[in-house]
Amino acid sequence: MKLKTALLGAVATVSLAPAAFADAHEGERGRDGQLNIIYWQAPSILNPYLSGGTKDLESASLVVEPLGRYDSTGAMVPYLVDEIPTVANGGVSEDLTSITWKLTEGLLWSDGTPLTSADVVFTAEYCMDPEGGCAQLSKFEGVETVEALDDLTVKVTFGGPQPNPYGPFMGGQSPIIQAAQFAECMGAKAPECTDANFGPIGTGPFVVTDFRTNDVIQLVANENYRDPNKPAFASVTFKGGGDATAAGRSVLETGEFDYAWNLQLAPDVIASMAEAGVGTPVSAFGTLVERLEMNLTDPSPALEEGVRATAAAPHPFLSDEAVRRALSMAIDRDLLVEVGYGQAGRPTCNLVPGPEVYASTENTGCLVQDIEGAKALLEGAGWVDSNGDGIREKDGVELRILYQTSTNAVRQDFQALIKEWWGEIGVETELRNIDASVFFGGDPGSPDTFQRFYADVEMYANNFDGTDPQAYLSAYTCDKAPKPESQWQGENINRFCDPAYDAMVAELGATADQAERSRIAIALNDMLTKDTMTIVPLVDRGRVSAHANTLGGVVLNTWDSELWNAADWYRIGDNR
Amino acid sequence: MTDTTMTATAVEKSRNQWFDVWAQFRTHKGAVAGLAFLVFITLFVTVGPVLWDVDPGKLNIRNKDVRPIYMAIFDSDAKVSWGSPMGTDNLGRDIMANIMAGGRVSLAVGWTAMILAVFIGTLIGVLAGYFKRLDGLLMRFTDLVLALPLLPLLLVMMLLFRDPLRATFGPENGIFILIVTGIGITSWMQTARIVRGDVMALKEREFVLAARSIGTPAHRMITRHLLPNVMSPIMVSATLGLATAIITESALSFLGLGFPSDFPTWGKILFDSVDRMTAFPERVIWPGLAISLTVLAVNYIGDGLRDALDPRIRGQ
Amino acid sequence: MLIYTIRRLLISIPTLLFIAFVIFMLLELAPGDPMAQMPLTIPPEVKEKMRLALGLGEPWYVRFPLWLKQFFIVEPQYWIDGTFGTNFADGAQRIISFQSRSPVFETIAQRMPQTLWVVGMSYVVGVLIALPIGIISAYRQYSVFDQAGTFVSMIGFSVPPFFSGVLLIVIFSVQLKWLPSIYDTTHVVGDWDSFLFQLRQMIMPVMVLALQTTAQVSRYMRASMLDNLGQDYVRTARAKGMSESTVVLKHVLRNSMIPVVTVIALGIPSIFGGAIITEQIFKVNGLGQLLIIALQGSDIPMVMTITFLLAVLIVMMNLIADVLYGILDPRIRYD
Repeated sequence: MKLKTALLGAVATVSLAPAAFADAHEGERGRDGQLNIIYWQAPSILNPYLSGGTKDLESASLVVEPLGRYDSTGAMVPYLVDEIPTVANGGVSEDLTSITWKLTEGLLWSDGTPLTSADVVFTAEYCMDPEGGCAQLSKFEGVETVEALDDLTVKVTFGGPQPNPYGPFMGGQSPIIQAAQFAECMGAKAPECTDANFGPIGTGPFVVTDFRTNDVIQLVANENYRDPNKPAFASVTFKGGGDATAAGRSVLETGEFDYAWNLQLAPDVIASMAEAGVGTPVSAFGTLVERLEMNLTDPSPALEEGVRATAAAPHPFLSDEAVRRALSMAIDRDLLVEVGYGQAGRPTCNLVPGPEVYASTENTGCLVQDIEGAKALLEGAGWVDSNGDGIREKDGVELRILYQTSTNAVRQDFQALIKEWWGEIGVETELRNIDASVFFGGDPGSPDTFQRFYADVEMYANNFDGTDPQAYLSAYTCDKAPKPESQWQGENINRFCDPAYDAMVAELGATADQAERSRIAIALNDMLTKDTMTIVPLVDRGRVSAHANTLGGVVLNTWDSELWNAADWYRIGDNR
Repeated sequence: MTDTTMTATAVEKSRNQWFDVWAQFRTHKGAVAGLAFLVFITLFVTVGPVLWDVDPGKLNIRNKDVRPIYMAIFDSDAKVSWGSPMGTDNLGRDIMANIMAGGRVSLAVGWTAMILAVFIGTLIGVLAGYFKRLDGLLMRFTDLVLALPLLPLLLVMMLLFRDPLRATFGPENGIFILIVTGIGITSWMQTARIVRGDVMALKEREFVLAARSIGTPAHRMITRHLLPNVMSPIMVSATLGLATAIITESALSFLGLGFPSDFPTWGKILFDSVDRMTAFPERVIWPGLAISLTVLAVNYIGDGLRDALDPRIRGQ
Repeated sequence: MLIYTIRRLLISIPTLLFIAFVIFMLLELAPGDPMAQMPLTIPPEVKEKMRLALGLGEPWYVRFPLWLKQFFIVEPQYWIDGTFGTNFADGAQRIISFQSRSPVFETIAQRMPQTLWVVGMSYVVGVLIALPIGIISAYRQYSVFDQAGTFVSMIGFSVPPFFSGVLLIVIFSVQLKWLPSIYDTTHVVGDWDSFLFQLRQMIMPVMVLALQTTAQVSRYMRASMLDNLGQDYVRTARAKGMSESTVVLKHVLRNSMIPVVTVIALGIPSIFGGAIITEQIFKVNGLGQLLIIALQGSDIPMVMTITFLLAVLIVMMNLIADVLYGILDPRIRYD
């Protein structure tokens, strides 16, 4: 034990020392040799427009780049342009209907040809092709035309005022692909271009040499990268597969890999791995919130299909706001964080936990567990246990809850804890966990999808891309409720419906002023959470990744790809 | 001889025979030890919870990660408590209570699914091996079931039968029936093919030809002459099948197709504890040992039974 | 026997077509959605468009014949084109995976080396160890060797790979740092050193898998040998003065092989897709991992193709086993 502590101390000093002069890591391209990255979900394809999967987007971000990215604070950083267009610098028109991007001069694709505005225009055409099935189509929502004004200038015109014009070409979801390479791959032909989809030519720091789908990618430094001294690594092996534990172990314990993505593990497991002293877990917060969704409609199997879980049948007890509020009050969010997420989680009552301008700071009422208060609330609302079976009831309706979520160790721990607390306030809970591929799937024939919501309460996590919550908050308008007529598609899975909410969403869509936008977004957030308890947020979930102590330059970013600054990564140690 | 005396001798003879079998069985030390362990573990999981009255699902988060009591011998600082002699898990649930509750489910699933699989397998194997006309059809059916991917099959079963079964038998029994059936109907094929192969060889042997020549009907042929001679591969299938069923159940829970998460089973406790096995080895050792020793015990009992039932060995 | 084999081969064609149909309908019925793994930030209407682009808008009676055509006509054409440089396929649509949008056969071919190296090798190793263990255990029943063999194989069989695999990694990779915990599928064996590296990276998964195979096969071998050792013909053979090795290895072994042949034949298809957990743990990324990822992602073309290839293998292996029965025991007649 003593020896171990001593060793830990030694490692700590070794890793601290180079960090002190970390900024001095200059040198020629490729000086640091090999970099090993492991993602426990293996990338299937390197074309972000054909797959929206995070693993695919992030692996592709080593190769293809957007015009600008979000940095670790959520601020916009120019990548292929000199500056981010804004209303202030004239890049965005006063009426918010167009945005003009100016490419940096002299940028080259990795094959040596110049990057021009034609490539940007092509990218938009590629994704907006009606037959292509582009995964990032929503980024191009409202786009009327994308035209090249000259070789380096692109103008995007929207159908109406667009308070957030940074959908297209901004962030890891919509990088620029090369027109010459993908010209033959438009629309229905997109899947036939295996070579292009597996090895896109990009402007990023690395070039694909070998892509094995769902297994491993090998890359080398891009000879034509814009900064002659970057990237520091000459080659990259990007391994996929296995599970989060194994990925964490390979970075934190055996040191075989330098970077492991998204370690969804219990905090004590990560901590015990980190004791080996080979690597360091890092975490950062974004907008991902683990929440309970309350079903406002009756999912009882006794009801006929077509009525079951639709607005025609209000929920027998969850339509009572007091019950929803009591359920929330019974939960100890601090304990949930401690058990499930550790440093990568913090208790929250907000649906939109960030960025700062949109976070509702007043909404903290749920943070303290109040079992007695919950009991009193239920008593007051007429829910009492009159037959002595430990379960409260009113007018013959007993508080029995079917609580479902996807299969995942932390979620099952949460289920156990919450079931316990609800038991204390006289609510009986039946737990159910469903395979993620079914739960998050949109199969209209399956009763177990989260949209169909054939349960009283369900738990999952959701977030939004980039830094603007407008699309996210618009999901809870009346018309977006899943119902049989819409094949159970829709994002408003609670079937929440309030005309006042819809009106405010419309207002948000027409407002450009930042302060005003914040005010409306916060009001919308509060309506869903503390005012009605339709959505009961539990934990603001950060991202935990891990890097080897010899890997420098890692800045964990939850607003964009985690590998957003891989060009700046370098090796700490004597091989410099 | 009259009918009455014949029955009388038959009864007496069979009583003697079973007595012989038991006498032979007792000489097999492994089998006796196996039987003793099996009785012990069965009592442990059935009577145990009566004596050890702790709710396996009861969380006590302030009392989590308690080490088993024997850790106090090696490390006086270890967090131990007589309240939880085997320790508690990361949510403070008592491990001993969980092993008991989990064992009940695991043993029930293991035995039922195994018996179902061995029964179907033996039935199909004997029919296919003995009746040439059925062979083609039954074996092509076996090929079909072997080829079906397990995961979608179980998903479809869940989709079709979960809600009706839940409504009829309640959530726990409903899912039990579903899991046992799912495992049973997807693991009989090996037994069927083995039994069929053996039966095909056996039915050409002289003693079968002799029995047939005196006009023994097919069902008697099968029960008197064929089945006793394919008992040993069936025993092996049964032992291996028990282990497979217990482990498959844990794989199903892991995929979200098994029991609800607050329903412990040995396989699931083992699976959930693998991530923490360096820090808390006891959490993998107890369920792992329970599974292994049960399977080992059943294996030895199988060995003993096989020897005891074989008249050629029994006489020696 | 030859006529029987030919007849069986002919029967397997409709059998396999029927199996393909059942598998297809099973996948069709199973809940699951290729869009399930997309982030929730992608709106439902975009997901719907992506489903249409995958061809999921067509009903099953259009997609099943299309798959049959692609599997039996287009893919062989591409194979011939690739081998002989012809152009039969003429740009026809191949079977395309939903996840990677690439031809499934190329991915399957890519997975073969590691599958054969690790899973195939473990099977061969497992069977080669199991046979002598089974024979000796039976011949020296209740000897120390038999007891130890029984103990190890039953424990080995009842410890699931998700535990034994991780245990090996913790011991040999984390604590001792002798062996890599992650299999490098890009490694090419060219010389002695690279061969040694290959051995080091495959030894743990091979051990885990071989243990299971050994346990199973040796139990059947032992049981079957025991049955035969007590038979009258053994006494006769010994009485005739045959050497002990002839009696055991020629007469008894041959007669005991029927259940063992069955088990070995049934195990071969599971090499290509059965080692899912072990492949996941050691990141071997072979066919088993490909299949489970495809299943989780509802990648119907990939699942369909792999399971159908497995079905072909199952049918063929069982046919081989049936033929072997006739050779091992000439009294078994099929005609």
